[in-house]
Amino acid sequence: MAFTRAALSRRTVLKGMAGAAGLLSVPNIIAACTSGASPTPSAAPTAAPTAAPSAAPSAAPTAAPGSVKFAATWSGDTDALKAVAEKFTAKTGITVKFNTPDPQTFSDQIVSYLQGTPDDTLTWYAGYRMRYYAEQGLLHDINDVWSTIESNYSDAFKAASTGNDGKQYLIPFYNYPWVVIYRKSVFADKGYTIPTTLASFKALGDKMKADGLVPLSFADKDLWPAEGHFDIFNMRVNGYQYHVDLMAGKAKWTDPRTEAAFTAWKDLLPYYAGITGAMGRTWQEGINEVVNKTAGMYFFGTFAGTAVTDPVVHDDLDFFTFPTLGTAYDSEMAIDAPINGFLMAAKSPTLAEDIDAAKAWLEYLASGEGQTAFLAANPNFVACAKDADTSGYVQFQKRMAEIIGSAGAIAQFLDRDTDPVFATQMNSFLQTWLNDPEQDMTKFLKSIQDFWDSLGIA
Amino acid sequence: MAASTNAAGAAKRRRRFSLLTRRDKITLAVLIGVPAVIHVTLVWVPTICSILLSLTSWNGIGGLENIKYVGLDNYVNMATVYPPFWPALQHNLIWLVVFLFIATPIGIFMAVLLDKNIRGTRFYQSALFMPFVLSLAIIGFIWQLMYSPNEGFINTVLGRNTESNLISWLGDRNLNLWAVLVAASWRHIGYIMVIYLAGLKGVDSALREAAIIDGASETQTFLRVILPVLRPINIVVIVITIIESLRAFDIVYVINKGTNGLELLSVLVTQNILGQGSRIGFGSAIAVVLLLISLGPILLFLTRSYEEPA
Repeated sequence: MAFTRAALSRRTVLKGMAGAAGLLSVPNIIAACTSGASPTPSAAPTAAPTAAPSAAPSAAPTAAPGSVKFAATWSGDTDALKAVAEKFTAKTGITVKFNTPDPQTFSDQIVSYLQGTPDDTLTWYAGYRMRYYAEQGLLHDINDVWSTIESNYSDAFKAASTGNDGKQYLIPFYNYPWVVIYRKSVFADKGYTIPTTLASFKALGDKMKADGLVPLSFADKDLWPAEGHFDIFNMRVNGYQYHVDLMAGKAKWTDPRTEAAFTAWKDLLPYYAGITGAMGRTWQEGINEVVNKTAGMYFFGTFAGTAVTDPVVHDDLDFFTFPTLGTAYDSEMAIDAPINGFLMAAKSPTLAEDIDAAKAWLEYLASGEGQTAFLAANPNFVACAKDADTSGYVQFQKRMAEIIGSAGAIAQFLDRDTDPVFATQMNSFLQTWLNDPEQDMTKFLKSIQDFWDSLGIA
Repeated sequence: MAASTNAAGAAKRRRRFSLLTRRDKITLAVLIGVPAVIHVTLVWVPTICSILLSLTSWNGIGGLENIKYVGLDNYVNMATVYPPFWPALQHNLIWLVVFLFIATPIGIFMAVLLDKNIRGTRFYQSALFMPFVLSLAIIGFIWQLMYSPNEGFINTVLGRNTESNLISWLGDRNLNLWAVLVAASWRHIGYIMVIYLAGLKGVDSALREAAIIDGASETQTFLRVILPVLRPINIVVIVITIIESLRAFDIVYVINKGTNGLELLSVLVTQNILGQGSRIGFGSAIAVVLLLISLGPILLFLTRSYEEPA
């Protein structure tokens, strides 16, 4: 199996890499590691041919359970996904064949992967970065799955799963909000209260400074954390719709409203940890500042909790929505709450054979049962399905669900909401600005707009 | 070479005078032809493809029909609206200069010292060579732990790990290139040391003795006698240094994906070609610039080394 995959992907690798092949060589690791992580057939109905991995070509009975190939690429979540697959197999007899490539490599080579010999189904994310591949014809629509699961999702999730052509391509699985994280014990000790407005946020920041704390921990060595900060300031100042338009290129970076978002951000920079220090810090080190009580708060996705291994400290973590900034969009309370979910790859060579099994698998992943099984091991996320059993939620998850529920609009995150090439460069633009927020904004914003224009995005 | 040209271009009339038998010709054709075909398909075809692609716009999806010819647009965009290009070019040149004038001379100096058969020379050799065994990516990881602002070894020892007096070795864009160059040189010095040491071991000791008898000082002996004798090694060392500095990539990529003061041309090529959205044409254009820069010094050295026979 591994041989055919490697051989078939040679063409795509050549195609994709031809540009640089003379000067750089990049290994294609993705195709290497298909592992049959399917559970033992004992749990499955004995009548059906469950030894599906060899995919008996002669029989091909459509009624038989069959198997589905699945690329699991969320770092650290493979075991939890395997647990979900086991439950699915016990229920339906369909085997899920796992492929577990390295997440970073996978995401870097997604273009070659989807064009080569992808698995039937794969883990991915909502937003522009899903619609982009759908538009290129690399994803298979799952409208019929959606027609059965529709009642299990809110309209917002359906919209986030829909491509530009109006068809659905994604099964939302879990999401997590970007919030201000703090330690309950620190707030209790110092008598801090949760700020809801800009003024109270600044007052709290001043108090923290007086107490020797860095008000807002910040870490941007991973590049993308700054995107979350831009998102929240842009949405609070200009509203969700403007933000989405800007991401799609319908609004201009040179628009004075964009500058207003940066101005609001600049106003709060004095409460941030030192920028040059932050540029050398990973996001895990960022949350550590809060854990070690050297910083009071940390604006981040709740998955920051995955870096907190001490359960006592994890229980001490809490968070609140980013405060309002006193603009017309205060009541909207838009936040970033990226959705992770599943896709079906159009170019999968086995899809024709596996399509029924793949649909059954996706349908199961859309069920509360499947999502609950996954979240048992992941208290840093919340399920997307309505019928997910939330009784097992820890306090951390309950608060997440509350915040997502009260948000008037939900964005995915800058790098999921805009053109991928642009998003990569945007990281550098944001770093340039953070290093020198006093720079000529007209020139700075024009350089962003010029770059966008040079990409020739329709 | 000359023989094969004769064989290929020989007129029918002259064939009977050829010194080569039919078997010789077949052997030659196979021995030269196979490597030539491999070389052309694996080196020249991709290089020419890169150059052609650099004149196009293509997102890497679909076949040839999706590739659009855009002339020199990529080059114009690169120079005008692509902010990381000029810094990357500058950083590549700084890298080259630091390697050529600091790291390589230190490596040579170490080799000369170790050649003196000082006590514990084997230990020093292994210690200095050890970093070279590690890949640059691993070196990047190791040095990140050293440089980490709050939790790193260096700042902890210096007592500069609190928010007010922090030194951000990798986060400060005026500092991080130098911090990375220290890490990269750490590896490069060992490499050059070993190559040079091997060369020094091969120098006829009679030369050294003669120089000493003639009254040359230690420095004079090295500069006037040893260095010229080691000419072939010097060329190898210089070419290696240039190649090592131009192919620098992994270390900055693991640190922060080559941004915020660590931009390098090789990173920009990757950034544009890999990733969730690719610009194959644009990435190729940067690759062509890197190719031109690499060709300059290498051609210079190759021609010089052929010009003056040692």
